[in-house]
Parts: sequence; C-alpha cells; structure tokens
Amino acid sequence: MISLAGRDIMHAWGKFVFTGVGLGLLIGVTLTMAGVYRGMVDDAKVLLDNSGADLWVVQKDTLGPYAESSSIYDDTWRGIRGMPGVVRAANVTYLTMQVHHGERDVRAMVTGVTVGEAGTPGWPPYLVAGRQMTRGHYEAVADMATGFKPGDRIQIRRNQYTVVGLTRRMVSSSGDPMVFIPLKDAQEAQFLKDNDAIHQQRRRTGENPAFNRPGVPGVLDAVIASQATNPSVNAVLVQIDPNHDPAQIAESIRRWKRLTVYTRSQMEDILVGKLIATSSRQIGMFLVILAIVSAAIVAFIIYTLTLGKIREIAVLKLIGTKNRTIAGLIMQQAIALGLIGFVVGKIAATIWAPIFPKYVLLEPQDAVSGFLAVVVICILSSVIAIRAALKVDPAEAIGG
Amino acid sequence: MNGKGIRLEGLKKRYGSGDTAVDALKNVDMHVAPGEVVGLIGPSGSGKSTLLKCLGAVIEPTAGRMILGDEVIYENGWRVKDLRALRRDRIGFIFQAPYLIPFLDVTDNVALLPMLAGRPNGVARARALELLQALDVGHRAKAMPSQLSGGEQQRVAIARGLVNRPPVILADEPTAPLDSERALAVIRILNDMARKLETAIIVVTHDEKIIPTFKRIYHIRDGVTYEEAGEGRGLD
Repeated sequence: MISLAGRDIMHAWGKFVFTGVGLGLLIGVTLTMAGVYRGMVDDAKVLLDNSGADLWVVQKDTLGPYAESSSIYDDTWRGIRGMPGVVRAANVTYLTMQVHHGERDVRAMVTGVTVGEAGTPGWPPYLVAGRQMTRGHYEAVADMATGFKPGDRIQIRRNQYTVVGLTRRMVSSSGDPMVFIPLKDAQEAQFLKDNDAIHQQRRRTGENPAFNRPGVPGVLDAVIASQATNPSVNAVLVQIDPNHDPAQIAESIRRWKRLTVYTRSQMEDILVGKLIATSSRQIGMFLVILAIVSAAIVAFIIYTLTLGKIREIAVLKLIGTKNRTIAGLIMQQAIALGLIGFVVGKIAATIWAPIFPKYVLLEPQDAVSGFLAVVVICILSSVIAIRAALKVDPAEAIGG
Repeated sequence: MNGKGIRLEGLKKRYGSGDTAVDALKNVDMHVAPGEVVGLIGPSGSGKSTLLKCLGAVIEPTAGRMILGDEVIYENGWRVKDLRALRRDRIGFIFQAPYLIPFLDVTDNVALLPMLAGRPNGVARARALELLQALDVGHRAKAMPSQLSGGEQQRVAIARGLVNRPPVILADEPTAPLDSERALAVIRILNDMARKLETAIIVVTHDEKIIPTFKRIYHIRDGVTYEEAGEGRGLD
C-alpha cells in the first residue's frame, strides 16, 4: 500500500514546508524559552562552581550573599580558617552595578576577592587572557562578556582600574558578567560616598557635641576615621578538606560562630528554588502558552488541509478506504508538519541562541522532550480534523 | 463470470417518519445483465440519486430486495457484513466529475483500489496499466491528474471504476462535462468494457447526446421506475 500522506505532502510540498517553517519558528521560540531557563539555572550553578567554595558563611538568618544582602565582619574568616577540616577561607563581596568604560556603561557584578594566590575561594578559576591580580589595589579581572580587553581602563565609583586579565562564564545568577577587583577596593566601593556627602557627614559629626568634646580632640578624629572605613564583607567562602564532612563543619560554624552557613546543595536550592523561581514560573507559563498556541496552529492547519480534501475523502470512503487509512493520512501529515517544524525550530534556536544577551543553554534532553511534545501535540491536534474526515458521508461523492 | 448482473425487486426508500416522511423510492424494479449498459433517466427530484446511493450501498433501502450476481445483498436489511468491502470489490463508481485523487499519479489513482483490497503494489499497478492502455491513456500513466485533459481524466476515472472488475458499475452523469464527440467516445468505452469484463453498467444521465445509444432505458419518476427499449444507435 502506498503512503497517501507522503504522496499528498510531496504533491503540495511547498505549502507544507512553508507552514512547517512558520510552525518551526514558534517551536524555536519555545525551545529558546526552555534554553533561557536552563541558562539561568546553569548561570546559578556556574556561579557556585566558579566560586571554588564548599561552604558559604553569611550573616545570621539571611539567605545571602546572592539571594539576600548579608554583612559580616571582615575578620570572621580568621576564626573559621582555624577550625578543623577547613583548608581555605576567604572574604568576598558582591555588588551589582554599572561599570564605566569610556563612554560605555556595562552592568556587571563587581566581586571583591582577597588578593592572594590562585585557587583562593572567590577567584576566577581560569583566565583566557592576561594574568590574575597581583596588586592590592586598582587591578581587575573581567568576564569576556563585559567586552573589556586586557589593558582597558575601567571606572568603578570614583576609582580607575586596569583590566589585567579576562575570564569566561563567570556570571551572576541573573547573567550579569563579573568583574573581580581587590577586596579592599570592593569594600570601599560598596560604601564610598561622593565628596559632598563626605563633607556633609564630617560637618554633622563635628557639630555633634557627643563626638566633638572640648579638650578631647582625638574622639572626633576616631569617629570620622571609623565612618570612612568599611569592615564588612558579604560572605566568607570556605574550602574544606575532602576527607571531612561539609555538613559537620557547617554545623560547627553555626554553633560556635553564630552565623548562617550553607553547603553547596543548600546554596543551589536557594539560587534555583528561590532566586530564579519566579522567573522559571514565568518561563513555564510562556512554555504552556506557546504549546497551546502551537497546538492551535497545527490543529487549524491540519483541519484546513482536511477540509480542502473533503471531496477526495468522500471518494476514498466510497471506494472502500478504511477509516483507519484516512485517519492515518491526516495524522501522518500532522506529524510530518510537526517534524518539519521541529527541525526548523531546532536549527533556528541553535542559530539565534548565541545572539541573546543572556546565556541560552539548549540541552539535548530538552530537545528530546520538545520533540516528543511536538509529536504528542500534533497527534492531539489532528483529532479534530480526523473527526471531521470520518464524518464525511461517502454519498457526497455521488451528489444529488 | 459475474453471474446475473444486478437485480432490484420492489426497492423502497423512505426518508424521515410520520407526517414528515418522504418516499423517495416507491417501487423500483430493475435488472441489468452482465455486459449490458442501461440508462437511468429522470427529472430532478425523481429519486435517481437515492437509487444510486442504495445501489452503491451508501444508504440503506427501507424495503425490497437487491441481488448482486447470485447473492442477495439486501432484503429487509443488508445481508452483507462489510459494506466497505462490497463497495470496494463488487461495485465500481464513475462520477460526474472524475474526482481523481490529485496527489496520486494516473497509475496510482487506478491502482489504489486493488491496493486497498490488499493486492501487492506491483500487481495492482500492472492491472491499472493494462486498463489504462485499453482505454488509450497508457501514455499518461505517470502524469498527475492536473496535467490531463477532461476526456483523459474521465477515462482514468473509468479505469478506476473497472480495475477491480466489479460485477456492476454505477456511472453518475459520466459525460456531463464532455462535448458530443467525447461523450460518445466514453459511452463506446463503457459498452466495450461491459462486454469484455461482463460488467453490468448503469448510467444515470440527462445527456441528450448519449440517450439514443442505450438499448434499454429505465425512466424514474416519483420514485417508480419504468422500463423502455432504447434506440441503441451510434455505438458502431
């Protein structure tokens, strides 16, 4: 028996291909939406992977440092470093802001890291150009996505930094590229006020009789000095010995340091389950709507194609074609349309994904799920057309 | 080979019931022998289409008897379980318009029926080609229906009606879209094929050009058939 669906498609291949391309672009958008979500999750995981930490020590009862603000004293790390099983502990600050480069502004997550040796928690794990920071001030390592190049001068707050190295895939959980600068500079950047504000603050402090006591001039200087420095960091990143249990060390830090500690899996839950949960629900809604729209389009197209063949279907039924054969003709066409659409959509998504400003991760299992969903949607969408075809009276071929 | 052609005895068809009932066929008696081509003529609303649909096992008569060959296929209900197979294997259809399947080439349009009946593709196509050659359209075997003239399309449609060698063929206004010359050519083909294949052919027509060609004519008026001898001219 010949394939009626195949012959019909080959006979009107232009119509099928153009319809498939239209459907494919819609499927491409759907795959891209899934890729955007995967990209967000991957960004979150990359952020955790690249931090090089096993534990995140943050302000008590906060979800910091990524999902909530967290502030702890910058000498906390010393006590943690001395605990059994801890290999390394380093301060880190995170601040999302606009970084100026010439006439251009780049939104970036400025990360303050302890200057030391490579492998220190918080450091970019690898470079693609240049070198790591070696000075305690005014050097920066930037993610390639910032568009900076080694030797570029960038401005963060009032200070100028020289980009000495480039790294890649170092992004915040919201996809902003990272710029690493020395910790002290980052602490200053978080709290640095403009000159007018500093002047106003000094004047107010000087006019306060509690700080500016007659005969005790050292108090005012001490207070002003304390206001000009920032002893806080957002978190302490901790690397532990592989032979120790991270959960046990985390429990010790919680108990003895009275701080909140998250393990890698807990931090991943926070990032994926809380920080990007709303975005993922939003994308989920888009996926549902796009699936419904795709189904409606396939159903409409197949229904229209079937209505255009009513007379032929009546003749086929009159000459003894089984309902199963006619249903198969319609369903195979719907699936063929879906296949064309899926191939076009996959190619389109692969082509345009790198152009998106945020990372779009097209996972093979999403493509497989998408393919199965397209097949199921096409089969379901053909049901209306099949019902219409099976209702065709063979007597219509005779007329009268 | 095909037994006794087709015979209808007291066939009736009523649409609806009660006060709104319409008797489309009141008493139809008809017999068409194998190898015979008869005309079925009647004005609009006379019951021609209803009779054709009953003959084609598309609608069920209300009463009477239908005998195809030696087998009673209707008597107070269908006696045949698979009407689809009956239509496919034992009744051929030729329509007013050819209604060829536009996405199949000429050969496959004809070969489709034997394929549907379970014949291997090669056998079905060989049989189709044989008929197409006999109907003088063998040279268009690979053409698509849209590439054929009206006359060629109608000959392909005739080949499709004949391909399963059914004992009866129902032709519904087969010459309506054709000019006199082509219409007569079609009737000659039908007569020729009826003789060769011992098929009973019933031609429903209004076409004045071909009415004189029938040797026997059934007139149908108000659901009742009347037999009349025809002139049988123009077939030589």
